Amino acid sequence: MPRETPDRDTTRRERLTVVGIGNPDRGDDAAGILVARALAGRLPPGATIVESPGDVTDLVTILERSRCAVLIDAAQSEAEPGTVYRFDATKEPLPAEYFRCSTHAFGLGQTIELARTIGLLPRRLFVCGIEGRDFSIGAPLSDGTRAAIDAAASMIHDLVEKLLQEDSG
Amino acid sequence: MNRKKPVKTHKARPKKNRTVKVGALARVEGEGALYVNIRNNTVKDAKLQIYEPPRFFEAFLRGRRFTEAPDITARICGICPIAYQMSACHAMEMACGVKIDGPLRDLRRLIYCGEWIESHVLHMYMLHLPDFLGYESAIHMAREHPDEVNRALRMKKLGNEIVEVIAGRSIHPVNVRVGGFYRVPKAKELEPLGEKLKKGLKDAVETVRLMGTLDFPDFEREYECLSVCHDNEYPLNEGRIKSTGGLDIGATEFLDHVIEEHMQHSTSLHARIDGERIYMVGPIARYNLNRSALSRRSREAAGKAGLGPMCRNPFKSIIVRAVETLYAFEEAIRIIDEYVMPDKPAVDVDPAAGPGTGHGCTEAPRGTLYHRYTIDPEGLILDATIVPPTAQHQPVIESDLFRFVERNMALPDAKLQWRCEQVIRNYDPCISCSCHFLKLHIQRS
Repeated sequence: MPRETPDRDTTRRERLTVVGIGNPDRGDDAAGILVARALAGRLPPGATIVESPGDVTDLVTILERSRCAVLIDAAQSEAEPGTVYRFDATKEPLPAEYFRCSTHAFGLGQTIELARTIGLLPRRLFVCGIEGRDFSIGAPLSDGTRAAIDAAASMIHDLVEKLLQEDSG
Repeated sequence: MNRKKPVKTHKARPKKNRTVKVGALARVEGEGALYVNIRNNTVKDAKLQIYEPPRFFEAFLRGRRFTEAPDITARICGICPIAYQMSACHAMEMACGVKIDGPLRDLRRLIYCGEWIESHVLHMYMLHLPDFLGYESAIHMAREHPDEVNRALRMKKLGNEIVEVIAGRSIHPVNVRVGGFYRVPKAKELEPLGEKLKKGLKDAVETVRLMGTLDFPDFEREYECLSVCHDNEYPLNEGRIKSTGGLDIGATEFLDHVIEEHMQHSTSLHARIDGERIYMVGPIARYNLNRSALSRRSREAAGKAGLGPMCRNPFKSIIVRAVETLYAFEEAIRIIDEYVMPDKPAVDVDPAAGPGTGHGCTEAPRGTLYHRYTIDPEGLILDATIVPPTAQHQPVIESDLFRFVERNMALPDAKLQWRCEQVIRNYDPCISCSCHFLKLHIQRS
């Protein structure tokens, strides 16, 4: 059985971290990064925005330090490019069929489950996915994904406001 | 350590005609497929079928400036960008007639130690160890072995930190350039990292001990091993290319002896020595050719973990990776303790001053990585050739599959399939590097 871990809430330095995940050189894999950049300067105090390539150590460290987190990444589920998803990963794994891609041998869903298993998940965790189509090196952003950036940013802005209100309540 | 029984069990008698195909190989970087055909209890065929949307890096590099090669090629692989940057830098420096030495050379060894640590630890603990303990994935393993997973995260974090401190970022490093670096650290900036590495050494020692306790299939073969070899150090960035079959060449002769051919079932190119002999690169090859250059602590740890002067069992690559990780910790500590900040972050590089063609052969975590470039006097790239280690491994992995299935046909189908997947994972294939997409289908006949 996993060893019990002490309540980490009081040691978490960040109230809420928004993480744009992706690779800006791989077509639609840039979506998470671009949404994070679209949020710069727009979020209320208490929210921090960072970018991450999706490395398992990087993400686990971010999750460990945050009381709440919103992760933004490209999704690939064969839906229309630009489809925006929102998952509450606080209590349940991400559906595997949405986040199949990984350029780092350990995908987002697996990283979250690993963090959950060893007791490092924040109190609230949401994942926003933006459906992509082309993840080739050097490919441009597809039209559908590009059009979804602002909509995803607005959704996350509202979610962050709500989470920060709950955190201060 | 508690070990689960293998997650897949099957009690039916093995059929005499079988085809084992795995449609999607798990726990390797990228995608790939495994296909093994058995007819009348004789192995007829074993193919590692990998395909992925082709990458045209070599063509993409043509017309770019020579200074861009490290940054462009670093994007080939998210796990080993430093390896691509180092091979690119060494090749371009040869083309320009310069050589890096002194503290700049030491910084390059240090950054490579960081990459070995992060790559080896990720593979050992998250991708390979679940096989040996009978778990479907690292997540399943973490439920009963959280201490091991936490150890892995600690160690990988240190590897990432070495790369971040020297190169600016652990993924897509930005501080590496032809001639050296854009900025070099002061000695004081490295001291906190050195202290963390010293504290982390016990994790590296424990990792070797742990991997030595695992149960390994009885599967030994005589491989021709190829690696960069250096007179005075365990190889990272420089040396001659040698093999246990007698090859002893400089990097300039690599393509005279390593002949690639395009295989129909794969978008990767298969390499053979002198067009004939398959060979192994990577940790076992390095160990077999360079064991005496390891530190005494690493050699002793290897011995206690069950490794002799030569390793012939590919399943024991996990022990060798652990030994190399321990070595990388020690080497990083040594470099930091002895570091003197260089006068300049880089040497001057003039594309018109050298022979115009350069070759770089360095030891990526997975094995020998070769780059060759030809540039014009203005510094534009005219031609580029990149031979990644995973592409060199295709024939030996297929050969292992063939031989392993031959010797283990009595295994039930499900266990045979799982072991075949493990045969591939022994090599930690970075399939995105070799641009192959492997399809795994299981078909019985």
